[in-house]
Amino acid sequence: MSFITRGFSGRSRERDDRLPPGQTLVHDFPVLSAGPTPDVDTADWEFTIRTESGEHRWSWDEFMALDIEDVSTDIHCVTHWSKLGTSWRGVSLDTLFADVETEQEYVMAHSYGGYTTNIPLDELLDGKAWIAFEFDGEPLDPEHGGPARLLVPALYFWKSAKWVRGLEMMDQDEPGFWEQNGYHLHGDPWKEERYW
Amino acid sequence: MQHLDGNSLAGPLAEFFAFDVTTARARCNGCGEVAELARAMVYRSDAGAVVRCGSCGQVLATLVESEDRAWIGFSGVSTIEVRRAPASS
Ligand SMILES: [Zn+2]
Repeated sequence: MSFITRGFSGRSRERDDRLPPGQTLVHDFPVLSAGPTPDVDTADWEFTIRTESGEHRWSWDEFMALDIEDVSTDIHCVTHWSKLGTSWRGVSLDTLFADVETEQEYVMAHSYGGYTTNIPLDELLDGKAWIAFEFDGEPLDPEHGGPARLLVPALYFWKSAKWVRGLEMMDQDEPGFWEQNGYHLHGDPWKEERYW
Repeated sequence: MQHLDGNSLAGPLAEFFAFDVTTARARCNGCGEVAELARAMVYRSDAGAVVRCGSCGQVLATLVESEDRAWIGFSGVSTIEVRRAPASS
């Protein structure tokens, strides 16, 4: 027993404790995509939050006039790579939800191109999620989800929907695209919630 | 994002189907097109493969693989036609 304990603590000393189980550090930024890269002009871009009582809508210019935050965070992909201390700029979902009244507790994120992913609302609020439009000081590249993507660093990165165009409130948690097709409904990297 | 054609599915799916999926024809339940899977567009990423209809782009099928399991979804296919070996006479 003491042998096992010593083995485990020895390993955890060598390992960066910002790295969830089963993850490896990378320094590039691999691209995951379920389809062609949508070509979305900021002149046509809009972002909506749809609730049981109606719709809130922002154009690109309205969106850029909101409070913009600098975000430094670790990101973890379900395919076993993590990147530490990535830097982003975006609008907090707390800002976007400031005037939104809803009793519904679950969110489906919708993207240009048709991708969807589900997230409980309480995991998007209190400084936990952003709509990001800059990565590493540059406008977000279309391959990485530009003009804007959801950023939810506490969950595996497939939840950080690229090319996001809106959030739809739901009464119940329902699976999005990858969640219907094998990936975990929730996706917490610290619990290794990778697959069904 | 580059895509491959449906022939790239032959290897990954050979493990799961007793017939050659690439020559099977499938009906897209988006546009109704009936086409060999070889003619579909396949987007491959580390997360999985997404097979899209060659005519309308709708998702026909998905393939997700972990170390010990695989998930094959046919969310956009209504029917698959499989060719039988000719009966011997
Ligand atoms: Zn079609």
